[in-house]
Amino acid sequence: MTGTCEDPQPRVGFFTDTSVCIGCKACEVACKEWNAIPDTGLDFTGKSYDNTGGLGADTWRHVAFIEQRKPLGGQDTGRSTVDLGMPAMPGQEEGSEFRWLMASDVCKHCTHAACLDVCPTGALFRTEFGTVVVQEDICNGCGYCVPACPYGVIDQREDDGRVWKCTMCYDRLGAGQEPACAKACPTDSIQFGELDVLRARADERLAQLHDAGIDDAQLYGRDPDDGVGGTSAFFLLLDRPEVYGLPPDPVVTTRDLPTMWRRAATAAGALLVGLAATFLGSKR
Amino acid sequence: MTDIHEQDSAAPPDRTAVTGRRKGRGRGEQPMVPDASFASYYGRPVLNKPTWQARDIAGYFFLGGLAGASSVLAAGAQLTGRPALARGCKAGALVAISGSLFALVHDLGRPARFVNMLRVAKPTSPMSVGTWLLTAYGPAAGAAAVSELTGLLPRVGRVASVAAGLLGPAVAAYTAPLLANTAVPTWHAGHRDLPFVFVGSAAAAAGGLGMLVAPVAEAGPARRAVLTGALCELTAAARMERTMGLAAEPLHTGRGGTLMRAARALTVTGAVLGGMLGRRSRAAAVLGGVAALAGSACTRFGIFHAGVASAEDPKYTVRPQRERLRASGL
Repeated sequence: MTGTCEDPQPRVGFFTDTSVCIGCKACEVACKEWNAIPDTGLDFTGKSYDNTGGLGADTWRHVAFIEQRKPLGGQDTGRSTVDLGMPAMPGQEEGSEFRWLMASDVCKHCTHAACLDVCPTGALFRTEFGTVVVQEDICNGCGYCVPACPYGVIDQREDDGRVWKCTMCYDRLGAGQEPACAKACPTDSIQFGELDVLRARADERLAQLHDAGIDDAQLYGRDPDDGVGGTSAFFLLLDRPEVYGLPPDPVVTTRDLPTMWRRAATAAGALLVGLAATFLGSKR
Repeated sequence: MTDIHEQDSAAPPDRTAVTGRRKGRGRGEQPMVPDASFASYYGRPVLNKPTWQARDIAGYFFLGGLAGASSVLAAGAQLTGRPALARGCKAGALVAISGSLFALVHDLGRPARFVNMLRVAKPTSPMSVGTWLLTAYGPAAGAAAVSELTGLLPRVGRVASVAAGLLGPAVAAYTAPLLANTAVPTWHAGHRDLPFVFVGSAAAAAGGLGMLVAPVAEAGPARRAVLTGALCELTAAARMERTMGLAAEPLHTGRGGTLMRAARALTVTGAVLGGMLGRRSRAAAVLGGVAALAGSACTRFGIFHAGVASAEDPKYTVRPQRERLRASGL
């Protein structure tokens, strides 16, 4: 007890490097299993190998599949490709290049988390790991966090009434374990660790990909100066964020809340004065 | 392919216009802006849409606004000797705030846990601020109405009326930050003007109620409330729609657009019929009062539905953000 206080627990996070994701969905399965999340039924989107759709109350990891008529960056297959006679995409000439993007999405655990800000019960809280977690014994299902989230992560479970989302396996973190999704990922596309370490590693990986000629590679959520103050779960993407269903420039809604309160106070004052004024003048 | 125009034939028809892709005959203008297309993930929304029921939450906004502004009218009527107006507005405020509280609790996923709202007081959560406002305002409005209708404890009733009158405007106004403090494009983009739309709408509704419950001779303030409220609401709404860019579109299209058009027509009808002609004719006052109330309700439902529509279509999320990035040189 010398009076100095060390940082007891550094902020942790996920670095999801989508360039090595193989779309196996082991993360989705591990997440469901570990957290005992109810099933979402057998949906068939008919759009791609993604039949999960997106994040929600019962989907805390979601693997996106994107098919593009673009060459794989940096890949030199030589000129003598063999036409296997595979069907072409509509409107495209046959035999052109083709790539698949796969990415495992998750709650971003924002530095400035709108869900946490707007929660009127205090059910959502910031953990010692810097993550954002719902206390299910407190949530009363007001649903305010659902439209507040700029990423469309948190949602209400219909038969339950409360909201649910990724906890970054808070129970496992407490026991010194990595989250189930990262543990299950066979290619280390999902990497768990201290955020500072992950950010440095991501910068390195990005430089590597840029050197390899993959110019579209970009980090998403890495920047502590973005609209949500950076995120604990950040990504290396191979195309623009919106291609993966992510907002290109999310901003925490409460950034504008001081303005809203000022304007609302002015409006309330105007209502009081305006209605008082209706009593002035004639007795009628 | 993820470009929306490439794959989604089930997309709403306006999609094709936005992406500049013309199907079929190739008539129509060439887009002046070179790249107006936007990418999305199979046209799926970026946001999770609000889970709120329109009847509960938009109804709650309407009733809360009506109650808050009615309490101001009631206090004024009491202080200036207009007993019928005071009595009607106090009773109306109690009924409205009770209905509003019922709707609020009804919309909770776990209604039995409503009291968890009282665990914390958070200025970052307009819903928390509103809960505490209602906790103060509700009993005041209730005491004012009960004392008025039963004649019990007249002095307490008078104090409660004034307290409710002072808290009422806050109850009417805070719902605008509640709605705007979300990522829903149409709700958030209007955050500067929405409070004025809401208080104008609340004043018009309370004026409408006043014209219904008070005789013509006492209803002067109610008529003026409808007129000024309608003016405030319509000018603030017009200003809001001008400044919110693409996010204004759902206020003109679909169910939101229909409701907003109905709101304008009803509010103008209420102002003309009630606010102007209501001075001479009781029938005009009643009709005008009903129109003003209906107009106020349509405004809240219209804005509610427009917001939900803006959350369901990724273009309202992606395009403004992409333009913002482009403008900042990224």
